[in-house]
Amino acid sequence: MAIPTDTLQQQEVKLSKDEIQRYSRHLIMPEVGMEGQLKLKRARVLTIGTGGLGAPLGLYLAAAGVGHLGLVDFDVVDSSNLQRQVTFTTADVGKPKSEAAKARLSALNPAIDIVSYETRLTSDNALDLFRDYDIIVDGTDNFPTRFLVNDACVLLGKPNVYGSIFRFEGQATVFGYPGGPCYRCLYPEPPPPGLVPSCAEGGVLGVLPGIVGSIQAMETIKLILGAGDPLVGRLLLFDALAMRFRELKLRRNPDCPMCGDHRTITKLIDYEEFCGIRGEEAPAMTDGIPEITATELKARQDRGDKLFILDVREPHEYQICNLNGKLIPLGELPRRVNELDSSVEMVVHCRSGKRSADAIHFLQTAGFKKLWNLKGGVLAWADEVDPRMPKY
Amino acid sequence: MAVKVMIPTPLRQFTGKQSSIECSAATVGEALGSLTGTFTDLRKHLFTDDGKIRSFVNVYLNDEDIRFLDKENTRTKDGDTISIVPSIAGGSRDDGK
Repeated sequence: MAIPTDTLQQQEVKLSKDEIQRYSRHLIMPEVGMEGQLKLKRARVLTIGTGGLGAPLGLYLAAAGVGHLGLVDFDVVDSSNLQRQVTFTTADVGKPKSEAAKARLSALNPAIDIVSYETRLTSDNALDLFRDYDIIVDGTDNFPTRFLVNDACVLLGKPNVYGSIFRFEGQATVFGYPGGPCYRCLYPEPPPPGLVPSCAEGGVLGVLPGIVGSIQAMETIKLILGAGDPLVGRLLLFDALAMRFRELKLRRNPDCPMCGDHRTITKLIDYEEFCGIRGEEAPAMTDGIPEITATELKARQDRGDKLFILDVREPHEYQICNLNGKLIPLGELPRRVNELDSSVEMVVHCRSGKRSADAIHFLQTAGFKKLWNLKGGVLAWADEVDPRMPKY
Repeated sequence: MAVKVMIPTPLRQFTGKQSSIECSAATVGEALGSLTGTFTDLRKHLFTDDGKIRSFVNVYLNDEDIRFLDKENTRTKDGDTISIVPSIAGGSRDDGK
């Protein structure tokens, strides 16, 4: 079941005395042995994203002696990453992730070749980037890039080791394996913006990407070795709270536009447009939504203006910081709209302004007129008005 | 037929935080109808306005995708498990803005 790659066979490589010692726990296992370790050394693996999933992936692939590792990430390390992105240390905050990850993995295993790509993966660069690698591992965090990774892998005939997480639930599988399904067989279309879980339910338990990323590392190594049964045609679901793994069947869809019998997608497309997103942080609906800045709001409150504050975040967010507003989470708003008085002037806010814009759009359709969206949410309030307020 | 519907994390906010719901239904469609009848906020997340299951939501009867069975008309039997598997994208960075 080994993947068909040119590089795995072509290069003549040997292990040095140091390498034999380093990999001795692999070498004494018949399933790996010298032959398997040399396959690992010849292998070329590209990881997309060096964050939560990319952290255990990179660490285990480097430690295992995967000879050529590519790391794609355009982001910089933020202190809020450290809760789960265990490749990075506090000293890395502010550094480019791909560079910081390369430094960490090189320190772990100086004998391997690591290339960092400090760039956003796009339809223009994906095929060129992928071409030099045998296996692509998808550790990204958004739908446009997931469809892009899938399509580029199918076009080039490369396996795509997939993992994704949400709060305390994970999914993993291998797409793009010869004869197996691709991401579009599972999800033909992306969810429209607004119907996906957003910041209201965001967040992730730090250990979860460690587990799912480790599963991706294991599947990558199995593909390289040709050992065992790859996670092809099976979607592994992991529920950390229940501590339960389940497995569902994944089938190649003969009508799949990407990998089906009659392929209709023959080149990479505009994935932001495909996913209905234009500019990652653009609020879904700003048209016709009046905004008030945190500074203006404070000034009006100081003048004694009676403004009703509606907070549409979740209760656990309210506990972190709040503006003493009435809390009705966005998801409960349709049911609880009768608790609100449409005759009073109302400022609606969330963390950064997107959910509150959605709430205002809803309230407008429900007949409310005196509405303001707090521009930038509590984050802007912390920046402009109250620097003691914690940001999250 | 008593069946169990597994609710994925992103949708538990609409089911009073319950991770699974037991209901009585002869088909997968009936089970989902019963579920969204009880938890009305869930409806728009599973169905389009004209009542079709959304394309980014997969529904499984036990370990089989109902698209490869009889879709919503797939018949259930006692003790079956229906899973709702929405697409999730999370990976490296914070999801929220």
